[in-house]
Amino acid sequence: MPAGTLYRGREGMWSWVAHRVTGVLIFFFLFVHVLDTALVRVSPEAYDKVVATYKTPIVALLEYGLVAAILFHALNGLRVIAVDFWSKGPRYQKQMLWTVMGIWVVLMVGALYPVLGHAVRELFGS
Amino acid sequence: MSADTTTATSGIGPVEGGAGTAYGVDNPAPVIEAPRKRTAKTPRSTRGNFEMAAWLFMRLSGIVLVVLVLGHLLIQLVLDGGVSKIGFAFVAGRWASPFWQIWDLLMLWLAMLHGGNGLRTVINDYAERDTTRFWLKMLLYTATVFTVLLGTLVIFTFDPNIR
Ligand code: HEM
Ligand code: HEM
Repeated sequence: MPAGTLYRGREGMWSWVAHRVTGVLIFFFLFVHVLDTALVRVSPEAYDKVVATYKTPIVALLEYGLVAAILFHALNGLRVIAVDFWSKGPRYQKQMLWTVMGIWVVLMVGALYPVLGHAVRELFGS
Repeated sequence: MSADTTTATSGIGPVEGGAGTAYGVDNPAPVIEAPRKRTAKTPRSTRGNFEMAAWLFMRLSGIVLVVLVLGHLLIQLVLDGGVSKIGFAFVAGRWASPFWQIWDLLMLWLAMLHGGNGLRTVINDYAERDTTRFWLKMLLYTATVFTVLLGTLVIFTFDPNIR
């Protein structure tokens, strides 16, 4: 085994990487989102035209991805806060990460129909 | 510290400049300056409060954003037919209420400042050249201020009878 110079941590490091990647993604989304919402000041037609793209099946999939990113960032953010402020936080950080992942999976399954249902109906007929 | 850096059994491979060299009195290891060493350029007090305030702000705003953003997503993507119902008329209905105006305003400011400060950290971590880091942060601050001001203006000047 060659000695690597790259630090490969365990759960703690990967959750940090995921927290960082999702945070940056959400920021870029928000930038575009405020721009598209600003179209309500241009005209109702301009706004409705852009929002129509939000309703297409492909963008629905992106919305599902956005929900995935936000749910992870929010739940893991609460875990980071608990690690920092709760005296037993650091000791239970790993258990808290698996709790976060568990809640995340449940919420993602719950979001399947509300977020992607209309896209499935459009693609395969109702 | 062990002088031998090439022992196969240690699990640590050869270190640059260390192969076959044993550091000792006649071959001293290079000095690594302590990261926090005070230099002529170090200000008298290095204990500014800004980074601590920023650290605390990330946590406090995060807690509030859980409610604001997850509530927003629930309203926009899940309730009442999900995205399908969104349109100019829907927004007009929502911004007719000061409650949702304030909700959106607070969400806009907190999310942009939280995300902006988070991105500042990311830039500080990865952009190593001083000029690159400076210009990336200028771009970030410009985009953040622009977005916050535009979003605020849109909420306050929204006109349901624009037509
Ligand atoms: C795909 C998911 C999303 C949809 C469909 C959506 C939809 C909307 C709509 C229709 C509005 C108009 C005002 C209102 O109804 O409250 C709005 C405003 C807003 N949304 Fe979202 N949103 C989404 C995700 C997000 C996320 C993830 C964030 C935060 C990170 C966010 C932050 C905001 C803000 C700050 C405003 C106010 C904009 C302004 O001041 O001009 N939205 N959104
Ligand atoms: C939904 C509720 C949210 C919670 C609970 C939350 C929590 C946190 C916490 C605690 C941190 C600090 C992590 C650390 O210091 O290691 C953080 C970092 C960050 N957050 Fe959030 N956040 C939320 C929403 C958002 C939103 C809406 C955005 C984007 C606009 C965002 C973007 C970021 C970024 C870019 C970082 C920096 C990541 C890093 O330095 O690795 N967050 N978040």
